[in-house]
Amino acid sequence: MSFLTLENVTHHYFNKNNYTKALNDISFTVKEGEFVSLLGPSGCGKSTILSIVSGIMKHTSGKVLLDNKPITESELAIGYMLQQDYLFPWKTILDNVLIGPSIHHNVTQEVKEKAKELLNEVGLSNVEHQYPPSLSGGMRQRVALVRTLITDPKILLLDEPFSALDYQTKLKLEDLVFKLLHAYQKTAILVTHDIGEAIAMSDRIIVMSANPGEIAKIFEVPIELRNEMPFLVRRHPKYQSIFDKVWEELNKK
Amino acid sequence: MTNKGDEKLFEQYQQGLRREKRIVFTWQAFILIGFFMMWEVASRLNWIDPLLFSSPAKVIELIIRKFSDGSMISHTYVTLFETLLGFVIGTILGIILASLLWSSTRFSKISDPYLVILNAMPKVALGPIIIVALGPGYVAIIAMGAIISVIITTIVVYTGFREVDPNYEKVLKSFGATRWQCFKSAVFPANLPVMISTLKVNVGLSWVGVIVGEFLVSKEGLGYLIVYGFQVFDFTLVMSALILIAIFAAIMYKVVERIEGWLIKHTT
Repeated sequence: MSFLTLENVTHHYFNKNNYTKALNDISFTVKEGEFVSLLGPSGCGKSTILSIVSGIMKHTSGKVLLDNKPITESELAIGYMLQQDYLFPWKTILDNVLIGPSIHHNVTQEVKEKAKELLNEVGLSNVEHQYPPSLSGGMRQRVALVRTLITDPKILLLDEPFSALDYQTKLKLEDLVFKLLHAYQKTAILVTHDIGEAIAMSDRIIVMSANPGEIAKIFEVPIELRNEMPFLVRRHPKYQSIFDKVWEELNKK
Repeated sequence: MTNKGDEKLFEQYQQGLRREKRIVFTWQAFILIGFFMMWEVASRLNWIDPLLFSSPAKVIELIIRKFSDGSMISHTYVTLFETLLGFVIGTILGIILASLLWSSTRFSKISDPYLVILNAMPKVALGPIIIVALGPGYVAIIAMGAIISVIITTIVVYTGFREVDPNYEKVLKSFGATRWQCFKSAVFPANLPVMISTLKVNVGLSWVGVIVGEFLVSKEGLGYLIVYGFQVFDFTLVMSALILIAIFAAIMYKVVERIEGWLIKHTT
């Protein structure tokens, strides 16, 4: 049974003098608890898909169903993580984490406790009263992760969340996110242009091509790699062969 | 050994800083005292017409006399009150207007040409109409002080609202925030530094509006004293009013600067 379904989704961007077709006839499904990556060159509409799934943007035609309901009517919480943390610099870390609940007027002592617990879990204790500028990039992105998880989203949309970080921090965060998502059995879609990251983290990889954004091919990640931590996947003997296949697909013209 | 050497270098650096500060201050004091001395001397020796340009001694004597008989206090008080109120109203109204413009893109598109005209228009030219409409009193003068800063505040703050990184809104929208919630928790607070920087500009503008207003209403206040002194050819009075305006405007500017520093520290 599919949890998220996209059926013949098409999207256009309009401006005064012309228009561009950002997405053409995109159809795929995501099962509950599955981790899917969208991989492709820049401008292939990866981020547009996330914006549509999150309900921030309205697609021009096609159907998007979450739990068998149109996305606009769905009341399931969606977690969206962006390339940069976008923590509000004038709010404390705790207040930043509580943005979601405060929008739903749902900040209780219980939620606050949960926030602190989650912060602890990602290795950030005793920072809740500090302000974002005093934290490093990796720490801030972890806060952003907690901010996303606190509303207990049914599906997580990760829009290149590691691309602005240095390599070491990126590898560590990949492991952390992977561990957390598996522990809480979250469904997730990751947008990335890093082939290694896509293989290391996901169950399935959707390779896209640009102009207009279309699905080129879908790769199943070998079962042996799926449950391995991202850091270890990169050293697995099977890693190289799937990397080569994806590489070839991306370079096809 | 090296540690001592380091400290010595640091001490020398600090001494250099102190020396520089002393030199700057000495020059500043020299210019101030020199100016007033030249003025006094030129006036006494009749290099300039003492009837037109008065002299520092006469001005100071007049300020002290008028302050001790209380007449100057009420004029100063009135002007300060009007300026402060004009400044506060102009700024707050500007921010409210900017928020309204932000709340509806269509409204902002419709108002665009009118804002351009109102901004280009020299607001003090509206003085006579404002006085006729609101009566020759405080209200009209305060309105002048406010109107002169309200349009520019609106434009600057609205531009600031639109330049806030849209990704902050995206974060909020992904949690299902309404447009008003986006404004309240992202657009408005992100724009506080812009609003604070308009404060300093608006202080100066409000002084212009209020003094011109007092010229026109001619009832009381420092602006009135300037016009009155001019009409009765008492230039000592004109100079006194000018010096008081300079002092109070500078004080107000410094206070706003302090408030600005405090706000920036506590909001960002």
